[in-house]
Amino acid sequence: MKRVFLASDNIVSPLGFTTADNYMAVKEGKTGIALHDNSFLSGDPFYASMLDRLPAFEGDAGYTRFERMCIVSIQNALSGASVMLSDKDTIFILSTTKGNISLLTDKPVTPEMRSCLALHSTAKKIGAYFNSANRPLVISNACISGVLAVLLAERLLKAGNYKHAVITGADELSHFILSGFQSLHAVSGKPCKPFDKKRDGITLGEGAATMILTIDEVLAEGSKKIVIGDGASTNDANHISGPSRTGAELGCAVSETLKQNHLRPEEISFISAHGTATVYNDEMESKAFELAGLTDVPLHSLKGHFGHTLGAAGVIESLITIYSLRDGTVLPSMNYDEYGVSGKVNVSRAEANSGKRYALKTASGFGGCNASIVYSSIN
Amino acid sequence: MSFDKAISGYVLIKEGRVMYNDVVLFQLPDAAPAIFFNELYNALHINYPKFFKMDNLCKTVFLATEVLLKDRSLTGKYKAEETGIVFSNANSSIDADVRYYQSSMLAPSPALFVYTLPNVAIGELCIRHGIKGETACFVFDIFDSVFQAWYVDMLLDTIGTKACISGWADFCDEKFEAFFYLLEAETDNKLSIKHNSENIDKLYNHVWTS
Repeated sequence: MKRVFLASDNIVSPLGFTTADNYMAVKEGKTGIALHDNSFLSGDPFYASMLDRLPAFEGDAGYTRFERMCIVSIQNALSGASVMLSDKDTIFILSTTKGNISLLTDKPVTPEMRSCLALHSTAKKIGAYFNSANRPLVISNACISGVLAVLLAERLLKAGNYKHAVITGADELSHFILSGFQSLHAVSGKPCKPFDKKRDGITLGEGAATMILTIDEVLAEGSKKIVIGDGASTNDANHISGPSRTGAELGCAVSETLKQNHLRPEEISFISAHGTATVYNDEMESKAFELAGLTDVPLHSLKGHFGHTLGAAGVIESLITIYSLRDGTVLPSMNYDEYGVSGKVNVSRAEANSGKRYALKTASGFGGCNASIVYSSIN
Repeated sequence: MSFDKAISGYVLIKEGRVMYNDVVLFQLPDAAPAIFFNELYNALHINYPKFFKMDNLCKTVFLATEVLLKDRSLTGKYKAEETGIVFSNANSSIDADVRYYQSSMLAPSPALFVYTLPNVAIGELCIRHGIKGETACFVFDIFDSVFQAWYVDMLLDTIGTKACISGWADFCDEKFEAFFYLLEAETDNKLSIKHNSENIDKLYNHVWTS
């Protein structure tokens, strides 16, 4: 049976432009979330995790801010691996919810504008910068896009369709996204508090992250190699913008993930939950983890560090998960003070050590979708 | 009579016509989308008030699958977790995006914002048909039958999915089309088409003769 390894990676966020810098910042308890007063984005000041600058690259003037975020991330990840997008054996997968949506104006949408907004042409343009040999794949599946993209890559590589995959998850904060979540009364007036009793909504973020996966073990990164395990996805079939009342469907995805990887709950070092800090999402997740028998497994949400980065979230959070797994560290859940969910879960309060080799990453999103995947470290 | 894994039904909506399993079921060429949708809804004798809240992409997808599943129920035959949906399109949720953006200038509409994700159309189908297995939403410039067939096969061959709705639907600039088929691990249907990209393309590229 083929195994899929992590070959290289990157995170571009307000916490840094490499995964190592981002991981160190998270470990030090830093956050990208700050109060912003930006009338282009919102009439009122708002908390968000926003990039104030991006590294320059040759020809960057020909790209939108979203595309530049992606290119910077991919370039850094590729520099750490002998994988090339110009290789017919490499597939590029873009995970995003809204891509170039910040280009939308009140003027009528021209065919040129529509082409800029079309996610497939954005992916093609980014791929072309790296001379991508294959037509890119685009996943736009709300907040589970990133986890689903990793799962898709793992399956494509195991099936033998390609030998390597470059997965980039990215979303840019825009008036479109911020006003939308504000209209749903889903944005907290303070930095988000996942799983906390006083949580009252999300904090948005932006960023890009890249994972390069390979079936060639020689290309695996680090002294502790990371294996991308199997995963699963389910749908709540309940509500398009609210989560399941029971958590049974996310619970089912998690149970299925454990089963496929032949794992018992006690073998899991920690859970990197979705943890958006809305009342209903965190409540649903807590029920799901209890149903899947993970009551005692330490759990955290990284949203307190990065905000909710939508299509990037699954990739950013997978990488922090992988780096802490390698580091033998269980991270605390930032901004968590008081137990406030009805499902029995073990929210991490302080950093801890763990010698366990497996970590679980989950995500849930609009449209009732859930996804879950396992990462493992091998010596 | 029993067959192996096969396409047990399909629906094609384009140019104002609806084909269901080789038969033209409904036509209203040159009608505006809103009229076409309402007339097709009425012709199908559906009673589903949520339909009227949906955006244009969801209406397109919803009506296509109402036709696809009009003679069968997935819930009677399969467990909810055994059924899935693979959906792709070219313009994501552009129609809802533009409408939401216009509202956002004055009073951002949450009712419009929730439709600014293409996979919400999948969510609507899951609610309507009790589907709780794997679902995924992809964006391609044109319908990619090779990728679509590979992904759906993978779900049936390795994940434990037993029935999967697979399709493509786009709504952009008041133009719309939809092509959906049902793939079942075992089928005893009269219609039983081998699942491969050639056959899918043949169904999708149908040319109306009259």
